[in-house]
Amino acid sequence: MTIFIPTPLRPYAAGQASVEVKAATIADALASLTGSHPELRKHLYTEEGKLRAFVNLYLNDEDIRYLPAKEATSVSATDTLSIIPSIAGGC
Amino acid sequence: MSSLRLSRSIYDAMRAHGEQTYPHECCGALLGRFVPAEAACNEFGGWIVEANVRAGNTRTDSAHNRYQIAPIELVKIEREARSRGLDIAGFYHSHPDHPAQWSPTDFEEAHWLGCCYVITAVANGKATVTNSFFLAGLREEEKRFEQQTIELTGPGTELPGG
Repeated sequence: MTIFIPTPLRPYAAGQASVEVKAATIADALASLTGSHPELRKHLYTEEGKLRAFVNLYLNDEDIRYLPAKEATSVSATDTLSIIPSIAGGC
Repeated sequence: MSSLRLSRSIYDAMRAHGEQTYPHECCGALLGRFVPAEAACNEFGGWIVEANVRAGNTRTDSAHNRYQIAPIELVKIEREARSRGLDIAGFYHSHPDHPAQWSPTDFEEAHWLGCCYVITAVANGKATVTNSFFLAGLREEEKRFEQQTIELTGPGTELPGG
């Protein structure tokens, strides 16, 4: 599957906008990504190993938090996973 | 001070967006290319914005002083950027009846390191000052906003958005 890397994280993924991984589940895909690009880990996860609160993960157009199996959801080679830091603010 | 380069038409489109949504905050994304300083023949190094995309403000509970872009909209904006060979260069929003300076909320909620955050002050429905702040730092814990010079140049496009 293809994992799309957002602009801020590309320096930690060898400058790539996307990374191809072979994975059976979303969790596998993330493990493969951070295995080949370990620097990404601290940007995606807290020291306790939890996904940072401002990092959104979308399997195609679905927020993985709302998928029944969440990170255990099966994926296929044609699926895409988007890493999307949140955007918010205000005066 | 670093620079953000964009066209007058994109600059005007962002400001017009802020006037149209007044007294609520507007928000949107900026698509462009990053040019490293050493690659630029005129010593310009930074983002060159080639398009802006309007986004919807999901903070309808407090739209006069908060904004949020739905992540699914960002997924689609990023897809649009890829199809045009561009990257997300940053984001813009307005501050209705508030200065064009980043707020503690803006800072706390800013996570796109290496990208630009453009803020337009809209006073009584009229866009006044527009400033750009580069989110510098190598990781979340080290982030900081650095004000940039806005250089107006070249053509640009406003893409249909939410």
